[in-house]
Amino acid sequence: MLALIDYGSGNIRSAQKALEAAGARDVRVTADPDLITRADQILLPGVGAFGDCVANLAGVPGLRAAIEARVMVDGVPFLGICVGMQLMAEMSIEFGTTPGLGWIKGVVSVLKPGDRQLKIPHMGWNRAEPSSDCQFMATWDGPQDVYFVHSYAFRAVNPSEVAAWCSYGEERFAAAIQKDNLFGVQFHPEKSQKAGLLLLEEWLKL
Amino acid sequence: MTLKVRIIPCLDVINGRVVKGVQFEGLRDAGDPVEQAQFYDAEGADEICFLDISASHEGRGTMLDVVQRTAEVCFTPLTVGGGVRTTDDFRALLLAGADKVAINTAAINDPSLVTAAARRFGAQCVVVAIDAKQVAQDRWEIFTHGGRKPTGIDAIAFAKDVVARGAGELLVTSMDKDGTKSGYDLALTATIADQVSVPVIASGGVGSLDDLVQGVIVGRANAVLAASIFHFRTYSLEEARKALAKAGAPVRVPF
Repeated sequence: MLALIDYGSGNIRSAQKALEAAGARDVRVTADPDLITRADQILLPGVGAFGDCVANLAGVPGLRAAIEARVMVDGVPFLGICVGMQLMAEMSIEFGTTPGLGWIKGVVSVLKPGDRQLKIPHMGWNRAEPSSDCQFMATWDGPQDVYFVHSYAFRAVNPSEVAAWCSYGEERFAAAIQKDNLFGVQFHPEKSQKAGLLLLEEWLKL
Repeated sequence: MTLKVRIIPCLDVINGRVVKGVQFEGLRDAGDPVEQAQFYDAEGADEICFLDISASHEGRGTMLDVVQRTAEVCFTPLTVGGGVRTTDDFRALLLAGADKVAINTAAINDPSLVTAAARRFGAQCVVVAIDAKQVAQDRWEIFTHGGRKPTGIDAIAFAKDVVARGAGELLVTSMDKDGTKSGYDLALTATIADQVSVPVIASGGVGSLDDLVQGVIVGRANAVLAASIFHFRTYSLEEARKALAKAGAPVRVPF
């Protein structure tokens, strides 16, 4: 059973439909800690502000603890999408600093492409270049264009935990993160047509 | 590599059916929106836009169903606009499967809605649709009610104001050009694109592939929206991509 965490953040339905199209058989959209502690896989979506997502996560009693126990102790595969990936960082520097889950060393900070013509949010299709040891983009057959919508990026302390890179002006940032059972994508696989569905299919097999 | 120019087919919807008219008049039935969206998804559209122009509340309820059914079969970013008045309207569309919500009249009547929606759902999903007509050299005014009602509001000032309030993207439609197939209002698009920090979608007037090219090269738009050239299969998305690529604009090659 795959727990798709519903903590009031964004378009869960698209993620659910994409997971099903990628072959997930038992997707539960839930914020129920009991159910989460029995999940075989956990997916954390997230759109909007980091601080709001942290607050929403804390807003359901037992939710964060259940996710942390299942992911960090039991080691089930975790996938964070967009802000769901950023939440794995130690903190975000957005409006002041907001602590994250602290699962992966690094901070989240604003994108600075360094050219006024390059708009923020970084919105649209850009190339994700998987690192050589990236597991969940194995079926991609090289870099692919995927759909991004974000103004902040995950600055991982350890570059070996960056599973794919993306460039925007002077910025080169993490398009994907991977550390043990922890996976994250800055882009939206549920909105990236075939490249996105293939990625979800691979992650579901891990 | 760089961020690609987005090519966005737009579907005008009334009571759950796609329509297309000239300057909002003389509407022709152009099919089922979900089928059309699936066609564009398969063609590798970079985003799809639904604009609900139903006059009635019932028509809008139908739109939620259209968005839900589209989200089940299309894995392409979806922007939905039309009749959105409150943050609850945003939420209903986002939950149904929209990724971004476009507001038009509501942003004019109540600019605080832009901020409220950006705070609640993130700036990235708040698209402000600006319908403008040229009223003098280098001056454009916002019009509502399908281009019939002037507001006296300067389009450029309004664009800057809604971005400051939290809009994540602007959909700029020239009401002079809409439906004419004579190309975008490039001066309008470029003037706004140069003065805001967020992406700008050019809209209104596309009749040829060169119009798309001009929208990017001269209009400096980050995305180009068109309806009838794609609906009536005058051009394919592949042809649009090729034309843009030939002109040096970065485009996506679908997987």
